[in-house]
Amino acid sequence: MNDTTNDILLLAFGSFGILIALTVLGEVLRARQPVHEANPMLDTYMTRVQSWWGMVAFIGAALLLGKPGIMTLFAFASFAALREFLTLTTKAQADHLSLALAFFAVLPLQYVFVGLGWTGLFTVFIPVYAFLMLPMVSALRGNPDRFLVRVAETQWALMIAVFCVSHVPALMALEITGYGDRSLLLIAFLVMVVQFGDLLDFFFGRRIGRHKIAPGLSPKTWEGLICGVLSAAVIGALLSWITPFGVIGAALMAGIASLVGMFGNIVVAAIKRDRGVKDWSHLIPGQGGFVDQLDSVIFAAPIFYQLTKYFYT
Amino acid sequence: MKFLRQFAARIVGQSIRIFARAITAVRADWKGIEPVPRQRVYFANHTSNADMPMIWSVLPPAMRRTVRPVAAADYWLKNKLRAFVGPEVFNCVLVDRRPEVKDKPMDKIIAALDEGSSLIIFPEGNRNMTDDPLLPFKAGLYNMGLARPQVELVPTWVANLTEIMPKGEIIPLPLICTVTFGKPIHVMDGESKDDFLKRASDALLAQRPEVRK
Repeated sequence: MNDTTNDILLLAFGSFGILIALTVLGEVLRARQPVHEANPMLDTYMTRVQSWWGMVAFIGAALLLGKPGIMTLFAFASFAALREFLTLTTKAQADHLSLALAFFAVLPLQYVFVGLGWTGLFTVFIPVYAFLMLPMVSALRGNPDRFLVRVAETQWALMIAVFCVSHVPALMALEITGYGDRSLLLIAFLVMVVQFGDLLDFFFGRRIGRHKIAPGLSPKTWEGLICGVLSAAVIGALLSWITPFGVIGAALMAGIASLVGMFGNIVVAAIKRDRGVKDWSHLIPGQGGFVDQLDSVIFAAPIFYQLTKYFYT
Repeated sequence: MKFLRQFAARIVGQSIRIFARAITAVRADWKGIEPVPRQRVYFANHTSNADMPMIWSVLPPAMRRTVRPVAAADYWLKNKLRAFVGPEVFNCVLVDRRPEVKDKPMDKIIAALDEGSSLIIFPEGNRNMTDDPLLPFKAGLYNMGLARPQVELVPTWVANLTEIMPKGEIIPLPLICTVTFGKPIHVMDGESKDDFLKRASDALLAQRPEVRK
């Protein structure tokens, strides 16, 4: 077993420890409740914790399998997210071919390029090539009705569900001096700081939250956000041993990733409001879909990737 | 031999269910009823040949065993494969709608109900190729509701199939298909056929998932 595997196992066991603590906490709170009293807040918390168990198990196993495991996991995540997104977008039969290309050509190709480490290509493939060409395919079928809305929404779906999500496994392709094959650990770092930031934002928001950030859109409060981001930074500093950033750098990177993720969550809430749905899908019982679960990681990933690339390679 | 055919039918049925789940992540929304085995007639909108397998796939196993889709004999007896899948995998009640045929569709349907089976029917009669959400209903639903008033008539909306596989396209899109089950209706005392069919049609339309576009 090499160092990286050791560290992954250590992180996995650490996460399991925290999850056990969170589960016990929930059960204790539930035991103190009168049996017949409903507590939606506690139920939300418990379903969240449950889905984290699944997430830790999946990401942990994928990390241990190394690059093929991570690539497969995130390619499937992209597929699930793209399906959720495109189910809600405006489309016409004229878009059928371009949508089929989005699913069966653009998505796999993006992951092939990420897997091969062709940085120059995978960072422009969707924003340039797919952006220009898919509307051509739609236009050739000659239906101008709501054309701009249709192509714009399809492009948005691809950017979020494929381009952004693929930046998580893309972290593996970064050549960081003196860091070797440990770039896998950056994935664990990113997912952990963003998700813990979210949890603590939820917790503090309920406890001390007063001022809504976007009233009528999201329950997030400034107090919760600030506490969440600061906590993410602290967790980042504590995890600095798995990163090439150093303690201060890790805290800053974690804080930025968490901050971007929280605002990303508000953007996603706005899209859901616009479409009049509560969740993106029902893939994860009680939790909504992939996009609901991963929205903050999705938004944080490209920024985290670019900052790491700019400052550390 | 009979055992082998039954076994093959089960395997094919499971494969269809898994295939439907993989392509469309099809799921049930039990809005107006509980997924419990009671005798029901699920009446659904019909835009694609995949409608019936979708509804069938989302029913829990115990309900799937007792449900019988009502389907056109001319379609399901066209070749050997269909003749296996229709009657044996889906356990269809095959009806022949040609007027010259002696054994009337409604007799077969009532017989199936008297056996205790639940049914899946498409009251529009044909696949809806228009831009309207529903075609006018045929009288069949009213007649069953009148003949066997204890059976629950459940409006069942299958969403997104036209977008997953529009007519004339070859590649299905893996979008999410949702099957919504609404509150059951019954024929009321003295209700006329047209009034009931209108009410049934409205009840079905009300199950469309709301997505603002």
